[in-house]
Amino acid sequence: MTSTAPPGVGSLEAHLRARRDEGRKLLLPYVTGGYPDDWPRMVEGFAQAGADAMEVSIPFSDPMMDGPTIQEASARALAAGWTPPKVLDAVSRIDPGVPLIAMTYYNVAYHAGHQRFATDLATAGLSGVILPDLPLEEVGPWVEVARPAGIETVLLAAPTAGDARLERICEKAQGFVYAVGVVGITGERAELSASALDIARRLKAITDKPVIVGVGVSTPDQAAEIAEVADGVVVASAIIRTLLDGKGFDAAVDFVGELRAALDGG
Amino acid sequence: MTDQQVPGGPLMGTPGDDGRFGEFGGRFVPETIVPACEELAIGFADAWADPAFRSELDALLADYAGRPSPITECHRLSDQLGLRLLLKREDLNHTGSHKINNVLGQALLARRMGKNRLIAETGAGQHGVASATAAALFGMECTVYMGEVDMARQELNVFRMHLLGAEVRPAKSGSRTLKDAVNEAMRDWVATVETSHYCLGSAMGPHPYPWMVRELQRIIGDEAREQCRALLGGDPDVVTACVGGGSNAIGIFAGFVDTAAELVGVEPAGGAAVGRAVPGVVHGSKSYLLQDEFGQVNEAESISAGLDYPGVGPEHSHLAEIGRARYESVTDAEVVDAFQLMSRTEGIIPALEPAHALAWISRARSELAGKTVLLNLSGRGDKDVGQMMEILR
Ligand SMILES: Cc1ncc(COP(=O)(O)O)c(C=O)c1O
Repeated sequence: MTSTAPPGVGSLEAHLRARRDEGRKLLLPYVTGGYPDDWPRMVEGFAQAGADAMEVSIPFSDPMMDGPTIQEASARALAAGWTPPKVLDAVSRIDPGVPLIAMTYYNVAYHAGHQRFATDLATAGLSGVILPDLPLEEVGPWVEVARPAGIETVLLAAPTAGDARLERICEKAQGFVYAVGVVGITGERAELSASALDIARRLKAITDKPVIVGVGVSTPDQAAEIAEVADGVVVASAIIRTLLDGKGFDAAVDFVGELRAALDGG
Repeated sequence: MTDQQVPGGPLMGTPGDDGRFGEFGGRFVPETIVPACEELAIGFADAWADPAFRSELDALLADYAGRPSPITECHRLSDQLGLRLLLKREDLNHTGSHKINNVLGQALLARRMGKNRLIAETGAGQHGVASATAAALFGMECTVYMGEVDMARQELNVFRMHLLGAEVRPAKSGSRTLKDAVNEAMRDWVATVETSHYCLGSAMGPHPYPWMVRELQRIIGDEAREQCRALLGGDPDVVTACVGGGSNAIGIFAGFVDTAAELVGVEPAGGAAVGRAVPGVVHGSKSYLLQDEFGQVNEAESISAGLDYPGVGPEHSHLAEIGRARYESVTDAEVVDAFQLMSRTEGIIPALEPAHALAWISRARSELAGKTVLLNLSGRGDKDVGQMMEILR
């Protein structure tokens, strides 16, 4: 395995680069920390079904970037009593064998304190974090503390950004660049938006970091289509939808398997 | 009283690109809307410096909204409370509250920036009604988000918005009040930012909103200062206003921040973000925020839909921190008393929101004895009559 990772790159980015450079398309499923009850088993199941890394959310009361599906799962997790320490404790007890990335909102980190939150994430075994309400201009003080603690901060890049802004985001992003596939919030979409292909192309043209498209990637076909341009996909709402619909653990794992097969050209 | 420079430099100036008021403020929003916030900051600065924009807005405020609003001296209430009480009559504006000042400015700005759809959140419905009004006036589309709980307790305003041609969408998550309406409005904006303007109703949210809304509401304070000087030959001793997100308060404070007047914001006991003084980040800015030990936002609880909000505009947190303004809180029961007191003693039925400020004055009357107190009467009580009928029966 030859890695193209430049020196100083974090373990999450190195892992994703190495897999990408083997010619593999990357699959990052999303799990709500706290929903359903046996979600830690789900993390392990998704890893076995072919995930290359995973987003584990720490539910927040006011998820501004999320549509009804993820809102509902977050609300159920909160109602069931899942707090950030409980989610992190559960994460620390599993070993899926691929990197895990926390997804939460900034107030959870801010309220805990940057140092404490970064240390808690690292101690639980997470390698990265996504804070969708902490954009480029505000992320500095967090990154200064998180990076030395071993946490890579993934930045979002949206279709509404101009070229100069995308360059600055790519420069600062750690782990990978999260390309927002639609102008909008998370949720299932019947069609892959043209903006997904467009933002993926724009980012691939300016960065060597892994470019992963999320938001609005809902089906295996859509995943395969976008992966022709991007390095991989995040799939969130479509997975959570199967769970909310009561289809259960096996159906969710099977769905992740179908996404894997589609990305592998299956 | 003479003009006095407040120690610590110019207050309530123009924030820098980082949108900070001291450590508070900022722009904590999804990446998708950062460019729109940047454009808006530039667009507003440009419009605000343009005499043509200013005179168009001034004309609308005068001929459409009915400005300037008068100052009313409350002789009977003053006698009863042992102080000199003046009201700044924002209740007399078209649509019944101060919200129209902000909305006319933002709607003009939206038009100037080529956006033909307004998104608004509303608690009591006053900002929703004002937004629907401006949209009708300018021939724009308007979508208003309102918590389900508030739609029930402010039913009249929901109907007014429908009459004005706006679409009212219920916010069904969380506490189903103002906080959740803001979440939904922001989500809408994230998805429609290329064609829609988010007409935010208070001095909160991401930069440039706290600054822009303050500038659009400072007409309250600027007028009141001139009016007080004509009436009193000087400034009042105390200037007070209710604080939800904080727009009517910041608007009147802006006219007096460089005087010796004491500035007092009044929060509901169940939504006293400044009172608890724990900083947090939600809805785009860093400010004081009601939250639990893990940073989950707590639901506020107030009789008044317009103040039923766990956060507060960032400039209030800053004014509190540096000690230039102080913040008090009152209970729902005190507000119900104050609502009736003003109705019976002055023949003015106040909105429940500014009744909070009167409730504080009434409680603090021995401290305020002999002083001249200016209360920002931010809105009229018509919208609250149905709710009060239930409570008082
Ligand atoms: C009459 C009136 N006053 C005050 C408020 C609270 O808003 P703010 O704190 O922004 O002035 C509202 C909000 O609905 C209102 O209707």
